[in-house]
Amino acid sequence: MRSILTRRLAVLGLAAAALAGPASAQGYPERPITMIVPFAPGGPTDVIARLVAETMSRSLGQQVVIENVAGAGGTTGITRASQATPDGYTIMMGHMGTHGAAPALFKGLKYDPAKSFDPIGLAAGTPIVIVAKNNFDAPDLKTFLEAVKSGGAKINQAHAGVGSVSHSTGILFNSIVGAKPTLVVYRGTGPALNDMMAGQVDFMTDQIVNVAPQITGGTIKAYAIATPERSPALPNVPTTKEAGLPGYEVSAWNAVFAPKGLPKDVAAKLDAALAKALEDDNTKKRILELGGTVPTQAERGPAALQKLVESEVARWTPVLRAAVDGSQ
Amino acid sequence: MTDLLANLGLGFSIALSLQNLALCFLGCLVGTLIGVLPGVGPIATIAMLLPITFGLDPVGALIMLAGIYYGAQYGGSTTAILVNIPGEATSVITTLDGHQMARQGRAGIALGTAAIASFFAGTVATLLIAALGAPLTKLALVFGPAEYFALMVMGLVFAVVLARGSILKAVAMILVGILFASVGTDLETGQERMTFGLAFLADGVDFSVLAMGLFGIAEILRNLDHTETRDVVRQQIGRLLPGRADIKQATPSVLRGTVIGSTLGILPGNGAVLGPFASYAIEKRIAKDPSRFGNGAIEGVAGPESANNAGAQTSFIPLLTLGIPPNAVMALMVGAMTIHGIVPGPGVMTKNPNLFWGMIASMWLGNLMLLIINLPLVGLWVRLLKVPYRLMFPAILMFCSIGIYSINSVPTDVMFIAFFGIVGYALIKLGFEPAPLLLGFVLGRLMEEYLRRALTLSRGDPIVFLERPVAAGLLLLTAVVLAAALLPSLRKSRDEVFTEA
Repeated sequence: MRSILTRRLAVLGLAAAALAGPASAQGYPERPITMIVPFAPGGPTDVIARLVAETMSRSLGQQVVIENVAGAGGTTGITRASQATPDGYTIMMGHMGTHGAAPALFKGLKYDPAKSFDPIGLAAGTPIVIVAKNNFDAPDLKTFLEAVKSGGAKINQAHAGVGSVSHSTGILFNSIVGAKPTLVVYRGTGPALNDMMAGQVDFMTDQIVNVAPQITGGTIKAYAIATPERSPALPNVPTTKEAGLPGYEVSAWNAVFAPKGLPKDVAAKLDAALAKALEDDNTKKRILELGGTVPTQAERGPAALQKLVESEVARWTPVLRAAVDGSQ
Repeated sequence: MTDLLANLGLGFSIALSLQNLALCFLGCLVGTLIGVLPGVGPIATIAMLLPITFGLDPVGALIMLAGIYYGAQYGGSTTAILVNIPGEATSVITTLDGHQMARQGRAGIALGTAAIASFFAGTVATLLIAALGAPLTKLALVFGPAEYFALMVMGLVFAVVLARGSILKAVAMILVGILFASVGTDLETGQERMTFGLAFLADGVDFSVLAMGLFGIAEILRNLDHTETRDVVRQQIGRLLPGRADIKQATPSVLRGTVIGSTLGILPGNGAVLGPFASYAIEKRIAKDPSRFGNGAIEGVAGPESANNAGAQTSFIPLLTLGIPPNAVMALMVGAMTIHGIVPGPGVMTKNPNLFWGMIASMWLGNLMLLIINLPLVGLWVRLLKVPYRLMFPAILMFCSIGIYSINSVPTDVMFIAFFGIVGYALIKLGFEPAPLLLGFVLGRLMEEYLRRALTLSRGDPIVFLERPVAAGLLLLTAVVLAAALLPSLRKSRDEVFTEA
């Protein structure tokens, strides 16, 4: 309780400081900061952005306002944000799709994930879970993989639209396993889960945030989680390594970016505010409760994020290109 | 039964706490206000208010956010009646007769009927959620892609019934609506369709943009065209509340509307959107004198309004019991819950009984509050019509522009309402109805999606629509209705029914 009080006082102090010192470059931030979230409100990226933005607002002494600009797998919002003035007043929450898979999926993309941005830092990861309808006749991942492989096009795999996390991670899954299921497309994860509960589709791969309630509620089943360690949100679900598919490790990461050309001191302030947000007990607790992961010290920061983006683009491009070209 | 009472008791003990009552009231008030402002919708409002709720306890926060949602549904009918702008897909129908009533100086009665019908439907729907919420989710699972497709086809046949003028024109409008719905990125292949290479069309046409242009802006243009019709509205205000005869006339429609709305609201595939349309179609079909519809029939307000509110209420069932949001607002509620550390889904009822039953009880209290907020406001809203139109229309235009911009923060959306406004004006001038177009638009997108999905799952075999009993039943019903409409012997009387004098 006392710590909250002191923090509030600190915020007041910061706010007062911000009011006292106008117009100097050191004064950043002097007005609210816009964080563009390239997806509709309510989804996993939006929730993480709001959690982080709330704590960042407190340490920056200015409100970080979320603006949802959804469309085209998140690339509409990121394109807009990439063209904003790099003054630190427009930042964005990018993710695996917009800064990893997009170049392979969207021809004529107006930004380059590795070159058009100043990375601020990784915010949170949401691990991918392999889920299936309850009456899928396979007790564990190994038999499931056999069934999916031998079933061929008779197996129905759901995904939430081209460019969605379930789409890219599903294609990666198929290419690693060597499966060729029929793809059934949904507008979002919700309707896909509904049809899975009703037994209309067989399986999908999606972010833990989206599927954990149904797994714990027993309406669908999970075969494995694609992270090196089990998630506290789903302690009974084995990792892909444990269950026998070590090559499939994937997590939908969310990270804060700014348009290229940010002043150094502004970048440092944003970096520090994000780091502080990720140290905040409440924010951390909420992210973990969602099934998300908080990046370790080594994974944080601009340099690590830049590396991640480059490796992700390199990882997704060949897999997705092959799948997209194959289907046309 | 004792369980139900105990649960409701728990719910009310939570919802009646001073803080939660205040939050519920605040939510309903904010909801009503944003519902009344044309264009500012519940999605933008809930998203904006979300950070403010961080400091509240989750139950209180969700009670408030839910209040905004159904408050906005309520308020949306007010603009539909007064200025002919449907705030949501579900209030499109209310413009048909509600606004006609307003033009005849019966705005107060229309508003009062809408408020009372909504309250009744809300009460029934709340009880329904409390008593049958869990078992009803089974119904949601019976509906696969084939069933939804059949449901949408049935909806389009209803659209024909909605028309006031010639059937041919109505069918044409439905087809144009479907055509508009197919603009944008193809869901399965990711290819762009009919976007002419324009980036802002990649995600298709937004419903609010289309509705606001075709109804709101077109209405303004039409009013500026001949101002004398506005004077009719202003001259005489008449009674403020429905009289005994009005209530007697509206009661059966309210009952039917409630049943239809509650049932469709349970479906997670956004079935609630069909509720008001279905209710209106049925009211018109069974009415002794269908020609009154479209000219200010009170049943045309009472039925759809109760269906729309019942649907708004029961659409919480898939959210609370399956964890599946049936529409964009509910998706946002999922986000709100997760931010507050509550995982929506099958576990909510057992793990967070306080939240589940507290919210259900608060919905009934919220409906009561909305009635109390709205009935005295009826006088005020009606008086708004006395404001000279030269002052009124710039305000409406401004709110529409702000509202549209707040949805996606895209400037082209604002230009688009101007474009659709001109289209709508041209359509009115040529005697085409915008309502079937809008229904075609709403259903067209869903219909295409469900059709392709059903056929993907059946590997291209259309027999799937006849093999599944629910889908086959719905299609059979549709065929019967359609046959009745096209049979030559009935045709003569139909034309009388559908042609406006």
